[in-house]
Amino acid sequence: MTLLFAFIAGLIFGLGLILSGMTNTANIQNFLDITGHWDPSLMFVMAGALMVSAVSFMLIKARSSSLLGVAIDLPKKSIIDQKLVTGAALFGVGWGLVGFCPGPAIVSLVTQPPQAGLFVISMVSGMLLFNVLNK
Amino acid sequence: MIWDTTAIWHALLGGILIGFAVSILLIFNGKIAGISGILGGALNAKFHGQGWRYTFLLGLLLSPVLYGAFSTLPTITISASNTAIVIAGLLVGVGTRMGNGCTSGHGICGIARLSSRSIIATLTFMGFGILTVFILRHLI
Repeated sequence: MTLLFAFIAGLIFGLGLILSGMTNTANIQNFLDITGHWDPSLMFVMAGALMVSAVSFMLIKARSSSLLGVAIDLPKKSIIDQKLVTGAALFGVGWGLVGFCPGPAIVSLVTQPPQAGLFVISMVSGMLLFNVLNK
Repeated sequence: MIWDTTAIWHALLGGILIGFAVSILLIFNGKIAGISGILGGALNAKFHGQGWRYTFLLGLLLSPVLYGAFSTLPTITISASNTAIVIAGLLVGVGTRMGNGCTSGHGICGIARLSSRSIIATLTFMGFGILTVFILRHLI
């Protein structure tokens, strides 16, 4: 059952990304271009997603396991360290450079195969490279 | 500034769908819908109990097929060069693993549960994204 619910969650997540315009790299760059033709629409993606998610996180707080009986697995780290900030900074540069973050890049594999494919291969290589360097 | 009312409605509705997806994975599976975390975990060759990562990613991958069956997929042109795509992909891969999250994990799930780490991470990647686009569009 967990496999099915994860599949449905992935499917709906992807539909949300497409509908919201997050898969359009130009929209992302326009959102980040605050001194140029700033496009605020992505603020509304975050607002919509946060409204619904915040309620769910509040509801789940009182429980120790999910509705399918799986332990609730939330990040436990609370220290703000250099790794967090450096990692976020590197991600920000990559995000701005093309306008892809991981979710929209995966969704675009079907619709924009050559460019999204190149991006996803590079992203996976970056993740594997980090695993090797971090050992 | 660009103010497109249709785009803003789509953004809000799309965001609500993302919020529902986050909620389903949290309430049923007890997991955080952070894409870089799910993908990063799927790359570590520990398969036991990790199947949900693969089905989630499969759903994500197939979503445009479902979208396309009911509506026209938006036409998208990516203007970046292949060199820029490779560099950006590497930076996003290394950065999201080093910083433990991306737009979904930190920007949505983390902020929704008021994690100070995620708030700092989101401000940082947005700041550096803004700086990068500023350099690309206004300085070069």
